[in-house]
Amino acid sequence: MPAGFTRDQIAAIAALAHLDLDAAEIDLFARQLGEILEYAEVVQQLDTAGVQPTSSVTGSHLSDRADEVQPSIDRDEALAGAPDAAVDAGFFRVPRVLG
Amino acid sequence: MSATIREVRDAIRSGTRSAADVCSDALARIEQANPSLNAFNTVVADRAMARAREIDKDPDRWRSAPLAGVPVALKDNLCTRGVRTTASSRMLEHYVPPYDATVVARLEDAGAVIVGKTNCDEFAMGSSNENSAFGPVRNPWALDRIPGGTSGGSAAAVAAGLTPVALGSDTGGSIRQPAALCGVVGLKPTYGRVSRYGLIAHASSLDQIGPLARTVHDVAVTLGVLAGPDPADATSAAEPVPDYTAALTGDVRDIRIGVPRALLEGIDAEVARATDAALERLRLRGATLVDVDLPHARYATPVYYLVSTAEASSNLARYDGVRYGFRAKDDGPNTKDRGLRGMYARTRAQGFGPEVKRRIMLGTYVLSAGYYDAYYLKAQRARTLILRDYDRAFEQVDVVAMPTSPTPAVRIGERVSNPVQMYLMDVFTVSANLSGLPAISVPCGFTGGSGTAQAGGSPSSDGGLPIGLQLMGRRFDEATLLRIADAYERDTEWPTQPPLPIPSR
Repeated sequence: MPAGFTRDQIAAIAALAHLDLDAAEIDLFARQLGEILEYAEVVQQLDTAGVQPTSSVTGSHLSDRADEVQPSIDRDEALAGAPDAAVDAGFFRVPRVLG
Repeated sequence: MSATIREVRDAIRSGTRSAADVCSDALARIEQANPSLNAFNTVVADRAMARAREIDKDPDRWRSAPLAGVPVALKDNLCTRGVRTTASSRMLEHYVPPYDATVVARLEDAGAVIVGKTNCDEFAMGSSNENSAFGPVRNPWALDRIPGGTSGGSAAAVAAGLTPVALGSDTGGSIRQPAALCGVVGLKPTYGRVSRYGLIAHASSLDQIGPLARTVHDVAVTLGVLAGPDPADATSAAEPVPDYTAALTGDVRDIRIGVPRALLEGIDAEVARATDAALERLRLRGATLVDVDLPHARYATPVYYLVSTAEASSNLARYDGVRYGFRAKDDGPNTKDRGLRGMYARTRAQGFGPEVKRRIMLGTYVLSAGYYDAYYLKAQRARTLILRDYDRAFEQVDVVAMPTSPTPAVRIGERVSNPVQMYLMDVFTVSANLSGLPAISVPCGFTGGSGTAQAGGSPSSDGGLPIGLQLMGRRFDEATLLRIADAYERDTEWPTQPPLPIPSR
């Protein structure tokens, strides 16, 4: 387990998370993520052999419902909060995707 | 000063006051106190007054509605149609949702008058309310101190008597810890008890919505309004909703209270003293105290920060500057990537504050290839062990009692530079979220003996700070928690409001 992080490692995580961090943030997070994981290292000492992971505590009460069409948010209303939308065409607008 | 739900309802029903009177009083109090507390991000005065007048116009329709004319504040991560909902983030500073959260609709169906949206930690991440993009909330008992987090604005609003009740959300203690530090009652219901449709997601296997109020009775009334299944939230449970106020009998003679003594070593001496004294009161009322062992409880906080950050990094991936919220404008010459991905990364860098970025980074790391098994999966297995501790304890006892927070409210700025120190404030609250169990915090005293803080809070005084007792119960057994908390409340005469007036700034 890494006790600390290099700048390159932090930059790689930031790229996965789509976060454009500046140099000061990279240095700060390299230190702090290391400290947090060092604190969490205690979990590694636990014997969890044969223990099932818990991803949700809903237990058995998750229920199915009929797949019926319900009223939904109007398209113009859905577009109204967009930073850039072509309302007449009914599209969200984004910067170019391909070179 | 704002009364309790019961007082507001009695006054309106008897004709002593109108809903409009009650509402304008609450709005006046907010206007006076908010400059010093910073408890509200948004106040909807006109909308609230219009709603109150509507209720006054049709008394027959609203006569039996449990919250008719009661002013309510909502944490600003609960979506309100037509009213901006920021999650205290630059990312959503101007976001106006096109729909209401289910809890908002249920409150309004019950006659509530929504007066505004309360300040919180950004995206409900924090323990002190210092992570808000709109500045920290101040504790009404001592203005130089944190109100707790993340529902700090809701707790401060109720404590200062601005509204009788407020809603918060609780992912790792965010209702209970601020309730404790502000001297009010706060309940995190069982996972699945209350619909989360319209709650801005933080960590989906942990988040719950719940009420904060000055009395256990008011929390019980409000829970009755909020609880029950919702087709819009597949995790909401079909369990029957009892009449929670009927559970408030004052009788705890059949109750067995588990006390995890080993867990309480090393906590603040005054918190320990207040907890012991509260348990002794309950014993004198006829409850039985039983030592219980929770051998994995000490792993709960690190497990919580691995699980919750993983879920948060996934949930917050939606903030990309495309469909709603903030988009970075900078397309300038220094920008490396002027395409879509560059826009994503700049938007997120400029829209999120430091704690949110820190958690997204940690969560992304623990979910990333090569580390998933060691961190995320390991934490999920540990979560199972923590859950089993409680299942075992509940074979012997009805509830488990411990302090809500290991310390009273710390000073603003005291822990903000050290994330691990901040996370340690959650040691007693995160287990209820990891296990999905209901938990309540009820005021159990003050630091410095019986002394109370000076008017508006004295910066030099360590006395007069509220302390909270936490009770955790069996799944969907909020009624027992409320019964015990109410019985305890009947035996106490803690000051229920901070010394007034709060100085205007």
